[in-house]
Amino acid sequence: MSEYLPIVVLLILSAFVAGAAIALGHLFGPHHPTERKSLPYESGMTPFGPGARRMPVRFYLIAVLFILFDIETVFFLPWAVVFRKLGLFGLIEMLIFVMVLVVGFLYAWEKGALEWE
Amino acid sequence: MKWDDLFAILPLVVISTWAVVLVLVDIVIPRDRKGITAALAALGLIFALYFTLPQYNRHLVAFNGMVIVDGFSAFLNTLFLASGLLAIALAYGFLKRNNIDRSEYYTLMLFSISGMMLMGIAADLIIIFLALELLSIPLYVLAGFARPRLDSEEAALKYFILGAFSGGFVVYGVALVYGATGSTAIVEIIQAVVAGKAAMVLLTIGAALIMVGFGFKVAAVPFHMWTPDVYQGSPSPVTSFMAVGAKAAGFAALLRIFVSAFPYLSVSLVPILWLISALTMILGNIVAIAQNNIKRMLAYSSIAHAGYILMAVVTFGKGSAAIDAVSAALFYLLAYALTNFGAWSVVIALEKSEGRGLLLQDYAGLGKKYPAWAAAMTVFMLSFTGVPPTLGFLGKFYLFRSVLEGGFIGLAIIAVLTSLVSAYYYLRVVVIMYMQDGEPVVEGDIWLKVAAGATAVLVVVLSLFATPLLQWAAQATLQSGL
Amino acid sequence: MLLSDVGATGFQFFALVPLILIFPLLGLLINIAFGSRMQEKQIGWVASGAVGLTFIISFLQLVSLGIHPEGTVIRLADWITIANLNLHWGIKVDTLSVTMMLVVSGVGFLIHVYAIAYMHDDVRINGDPSRYQRFFVFFNLFILAMMILVSADNYLMLFVGWEGVGLCSYLLIGFWYDKGKDGIGNALAGKKAFITNRIGDFGFLLAAFTIFGLFHSFEFDEIFPQIKQVATVLPYGILFITVFMLLGVTGKSAQLPLYVWLPDAMAGPTPVSALIHAATMVTAGVYLIARSYPFYAVMPEARTLVSWVGALTALFAATIAVGQFDIKKVLAYSTISQLGFMVTAVGMGAFTAGMFHLVTHAFFKALLFLSAGSVIQGVERGLHAQLHHKGGLQEDHHLDPQDMRNMGGLRTRMPTTFWVYLIGALALAGIVPLAGFWSKDEILLNASNIDKRIYWILAVAAFFTAFYMARQIFMVFFGEPRTDAVAHASESPQLMTIPLIVLAALAGFGGFLNLPHIETFGHWLEHTIEYKPLTVLGEEMPPFSLQVAGMSTLLALLGIGIGYWLYYILVQKSLRGEPQAYKDPLESALGPVFSVLNHKYWVDELYGVLVIHPYQALSQWLADVVDWRFWHDWFHDTVIAGTFKKGTKLLAVQIDLGIIDATANGLARLTNWSSGQLRRVQTGYVRNYAMAVFIGVVFILGYLIVILK
Repeated sequence: MSEYLPIVVLLILSAFVAGAAIALGHLFGPHHPTERKSLPYESGMTPFGPGARRMPVRFYLIAVLFILFDIETVFFLPWAVVFRKLGLFGLIEMLIFVMVLVVGFLYAWEKGALEWE
Repeated sequence: MKWDDLFAILPLVVISTWAVVLVLVDIVIPRDRKGITAALAALGLIFALYFTLPQYNRHLVAFNGMVIVDGFSAFLNTLFLASGLLAIALAYGFLKRNNIDRSEYYTLMLFSISGMMLMGIAADLIIIFLALELLSIPLYVLAGFARPRLDSEEAALKYFILGAFSGGFVVYGVALVYGATGSTAIVEIIQAVVAGKAAMVLLTIGAALIMVGFGFKVAAVPFHMWTPDVYQGSPSPVTSFMAVGAKAAGFAALLRIFVSAFPYLSVSLVPILWLISALTMILGNIVAIAQNNIKRMLAYSSIAHAGYILMAVVTFGKGSAAIDAVSAALFYLLAYALTNFGAWSVVIALEKSEGRGLLLQDYAGLGKKYPAWAAAMTVFMLSFTGVPPTLGFLGKFYLFRSVLEGGFIGLAIIAVLTSLVSAYYYLRVVVIMYMQDGEPVVEGDIWLKVAAGATAVLVVVLSLFATPLLQWAAQATLQSGL
Repeated sequence: MLLSDVGATGFQFFALVPLILIFPLLGLLINIAFGSRMQEKQIGWVASGAVGLTFIISFLQLVSLGIHPEGTVIRLADWITIANLNLHWGIKVDTLSVTMMLVVSGVGFLIHVYAIAYMHDDVRINGDPSRYQRFFVFFNLFILAMMILVSADNYLMLFVGWEGVGLCSYLLIGFWYDKGKDGIGNALAGKKAFITNRIGDFGFLLAAFTIFGLFHSFEFDEIFPQIKQVATVLPYGILFITVFMLLGVTGKSAQLPLYVWLPDAMAGPTPVSALIHAATMVTAGVYLIARSYPFYAVMPEARTLVSWVGALTALFAATIAVGQFDIKKVLAYSTISQLGFMVTAVGMGAFTAGMFHLVTHAFFKALLFLSAGSVIQGVERGLHAQLHHKGGLQEDHHLDPQDMRNMGGLRTRMPTTFWVYLIGALALAGIVPLAGFWSKDEILLNASNIDKRIYWILAVAAFFTAFYMARQIFMVFFGEPRTDAVAHASESPQLMTIPLIVLAALAGFGGFLNLPHIETFGHWLEHTIEYKPLTVLGEEMPPFSLQVAGMSTLLALLGIGIGYWLYYILVQKSLRGEPQAYKDPLESALGPVFSVLNHKYWVDELYGVLVIHPYQALSQWLADVVDWRFWHDWFHDTVIAGTFKKGTKLLAVQIDLGIIDATANGLARLTNWSSGQLRRVQTGYVRNYAMAVFIGVVFILGYLIVILK
C-alpha cells in the first residue's frame, strides 16, 4: 500500500489548501450582509426568470465532439509506448482506428456539425 | 493472432465494417433515396448471417479467452441479425411516413447489432461491458430518433442517463469481481474460485452488481421504470428492436455470466433472482392491465416476459436443469422476438403521426375492416398469452417445465397465474378488434405487410413443426471456455 | 347344449325350438309394420298362422322328446354378465315345458282363428274397427310372452315371460279402455288386474331373490339338484321361497286372496277371456309350482298351505258362480274354482294330476268361453236384426247381451253353439267320459288318499260346479226367449263354430290322454317331474278308485238334477208362457243368501274397506299432508327453497357482493389504486427512476451483507 502514499499526501494537501483559502477569507474578510447582497450575483442586474437558462445546443455538440476526438487521441499515447513491440499488427490496428476516426470526422463534417451557424 | 480468432469474430467484423462503410456511402446517397441505405444495411445483415451460420456446432475460444463461439452465441447472433432485418422492414415505411427517414437509423442499428453480437460471444467481463456500451449507445440515439418530437427526445435522455447509471453498476461489479479473483476472464474467475483463491464476499457482491446492471437492460423490477417511458417515447420500430435486441443481449450476458461463471453463488443469489423474477412477472402483467396505450401496454408486456425469461436465470446453479433452462430461454427469446416484431408491425401499421392511433380504442373494428391485420394481431396476442398453437405456448411450456425441473414450483405457479392475468389484457385487444365498431385506418407498406405476415405464419407454423427448432435451441449450449 | 351340438346328436327337432319365439314375434312385427295396409282377414291369418306354426314346432318337440325324453336346453344368448352373475337366455325343452307349449299354441291357434271372425263383429259393435290390428298384435305378443314363460330355463327369464303375459293381460282387459262403467270401467278393470298381479309378482321376486341368495343361480338345472342338501341346512330358506312363490301363484292364478281381478278381467273381448283368463295365462301359477316341484317336494308344510289355499278357492269361487247372472262372470268364477282344483293338486304333490287338469281345463274352459262369446254375439246379432226390423226402436238398446236373464231358448236358434256348450259344460261338471271327469277324478282320488277334509271341500265344490253349469245351460238355451233380441238371435259363422267343434272334440276326448292304468300323460311327465305323492299311509297312490269316481259322478248328477228341477221345471211352471216375468228361482228361494252370493260375499267391498280405502286415505294423507303440505310446502318451499334462497341471498349479497365482488372490485380498486400509486412512482422524473434502481441495489446488497454475515 505504500506506493499509494504520495496520492494520499496529495489529496490531503489539496484539500487543505482549498479549505484554508475559504476559511481565511471567512475569518478575516469584512462581513456586512444586506438583503441585496445576499441575492444571487447577476452583475448588478435585478435577477429575473429561472436560474437555469437555456443554452444553444451547439455548445454541447462542440463539447461532445471535442471529448470524442480528444479522448481518442489519448489512445495514441499507450500505442506509441509499445509501438515497436506490437510491430506491423499494431500499425494496422492503429490505421483501422484512425480510419474509423476519419469516418466519424467526415460524417460530422458532412452533417455540418463543425459549422457555427 | 490466429485465423481461428478471426473466424470467431468474422460476422462481427463484417457487420461493423459494413456499418462504418455505410456511414461513408450514405453521404453520397441522395436524401430522397434512403431506401438504398436500408437495402444495403439489410444486405450487410444477410452477409453477417452468412458468416454466422458456419459457427453452429463450433466451439472456439479466441483472443486469449476474451471471446467464445459456441451454440449459444451462434443462436443469439442469428437472432440479433434476423431482428435487424425485421427492424428494417418495420422501419422503412414508418420513417418515411413520419418524415424522419434518416439513414442514421440503419447505421446505428448495425452498430447496435454489432454490440449485441459481441455480447453473444463475450467471455470476459471487460468485453461484456464493452459490448453493453456498444449496443446501448446507438440505442440511446435511436430512442431520440423522432427528434424534434419531445417525447422521443425525453425517452432518449432518460434511457441514456439511466443506462449510464446502471452501466456504472456493471463496471463496479466487474471491478469487484476482478478484485476478488484477480481476473475478468470467465475462465480465470472459475479457476480462481476452484483454487479457493477468490474472496467470496466481494465476488458475490460484484456478481449482484452485475446482475443489477443487466437487470436494468432487460427491464426487471425494480430496474424497469425507464421501460414504459422509453418504449412509448421511442419511434415504434426502435422500440420493437429495443424490446428484442437489448433484452436478448441482456439475457445473453446474464446467462453467460451466471450459468458458466457463478454457479457456486446460487445459494446467496437465487433468492434475490427469484424475487426479482416473481416481482417482474407480477408487476408487468398487472400494470399492463391498466394501460390504454398499446405501446405502453406492450412495454409492460415486455417487462412481464423479461420476468418469465428471468426464471431461466434463477436455475443457474442447478447443473443440468440450468442447461435445459438456457435452451428453454433461448427458445422463448426466439418466440418472443417473432411475436414481438409481429405485434409491433401491426402497431406501426395503425400508428398515425404525432403519436395518434395508439390507443386500444383505435383498434376497434379492425376485425371487420382489415381482417388480415386483425387475424395477425390475434395470432400475436395469443402467442403472447401462451395459447396453442403458437410459439408463445411452446416457449412458455418448455420454460415452465425447465423451471419445474429446477425445483422452483412456487415460481412456476406464479408464472402460470400471471400468464392467466396476461390473457386479460392481450385478449382485450382481440375483443376490441372484433367486438367493437370503429373506423381504423391502416397504412401498411409492402415490407410491413411482409413482416407481419411472415411472423404470423412463422408463429403458428413453427409451433406445429417445432421439433427442429427445439433441437436447434437444445444444441445451443453454453460452453464454459475451459 | 349349444345349437350346433343339437344337430350332431341325430334326428332331433330341438334345434328348431327358438322358432316358437320367432314365429309369434314375426307375426306381431308384420302386423305392426304392415297391418294398417292389410285387410282384416289378412291380419287375422298372419297372427293365426304364426301361432299355428308355433304349434307345429311345439309338436316337433314332442316328436323329438319321444326319442330323447330327457330333453335339452338350447342356449339362445348371454343376457347379463356381471362378475359372478352369468345369466343367459335358454330354452328348456322337456316334457313339462313342451306340454305347456302345445296347450298354449294349440288352444291359442284355435282361439286366434275364432277371433278372426269374432273380432270382426266386435270392433263394429264397439265402433272402432281400427283396433282390429291392435288386437292381433297384442294377441301374438301374448303368445310370445307365454312361450318365453314356459320355455324359460331359469327363474329370471321365467319372470320376464311372467311380466310379459301380465302386460298383455292388462292391455287386453283394457282393450276397450274407453268403454265400461262410466266410460272408464274397462280401464279400471285392467288397472285392478295389473295392481293385484303386482302384489303377486312381488312375492315371486322375493322368492327368486331368495333362490339366488341361497343357490347363487337362477337356473333350474343348477338349483334343483342342490335343494335337498340346502333344505337340511336351511329349511326356513326353502319355506320362505315356497311361501312367496305361492303369493305369486295366488296373483297370477287368481287364488285366495288375490283372485278378485279375474272376474273384472272379463271386460276384455271374449277370446281374451278364453285364451288368457281361462286356458293359458292364469295356469302359469300352476305351471310355476309344477316347475318348482323340488322345492315343494322337500317342504310338506308348504304343500299343505298350497293345497288348502287351492281347495278353499275352489269351493269359494264355485259358490259365487251360482249367484251370477253374467254368462262370462259365471265362467270366470268357474275358472277360479277350477284353478283352485289344480293348485290343490300340485299342492298335494299330485303334479301330474294338476297338470292334467290344467290341460283338460284349457280345452273345455276355452270351449265354454268361446261358446259364450258365440252366444253373446248371437244375441247382439239378434239385437241388431230386431232394431233393423222395428225401424230403430230404442227400448232394448241398452240390453245387456251377457245377462243370462235376458236369454233363454237359444238351443234352437244356435244349435251348434248349444251342442258344443253342452259338451263343455258336461266336461266341466265331470261327467263320464268327458275330459273333466278324468282329470278331476284324479285330483279327488289324490285328495281322498292324502287329506279327507280337502277331499270333501273339493267334492262340494264339484257339486256346485255341476249345479251352476246346469243352471247356466237351462237359463241360456232352454225355455222361451225372454227378450226380442234373443228371439232374433242367429248362429255364428263357420269360422267361429269350427274352432268350437275342434275344442269340443278335445274336451270330449282329452281325458283319454291319461286314462287310469294307462297314464300316458303321467309317464310322459315323469321324465321331468320325478316326485310322486304317497297316501297318508305311505303307500303308493292307487291308480283308480271306483268309490271316488262314483261319488264324484253322483255329486255331478245331483247338481245337474237340482239345476234341471229349479231352472227348467220350476221356471216353466212359474212363467206360463210369459217369459218377460222371469225371475231366478234360487233368488226367491234363498233370498238374502243368494244376495250374498250375487255380491260375491262382498269381498270387493271388504277389500275396499280393509285395504283400498285405508290405502287411498293413506295415499291421500301422504299426498296432501306429507307430500304437499309437509314436503312440498314446508320442507321444499320453506326449508330447502327458503334456505336456498337465504343461502343464495347470503352468497349473493354477503359473500358474492360482500366478499367476492368486493374482492374483485377490491382488486380492481387495488389495481386502480396501485396504478395510481405507481403513477406517482412512475413520475416521469429520471431522478426517481434512478432512485428506484438505487433502492433496489441497496436492498440487494443489504440482503447479501446479512446472509454473508
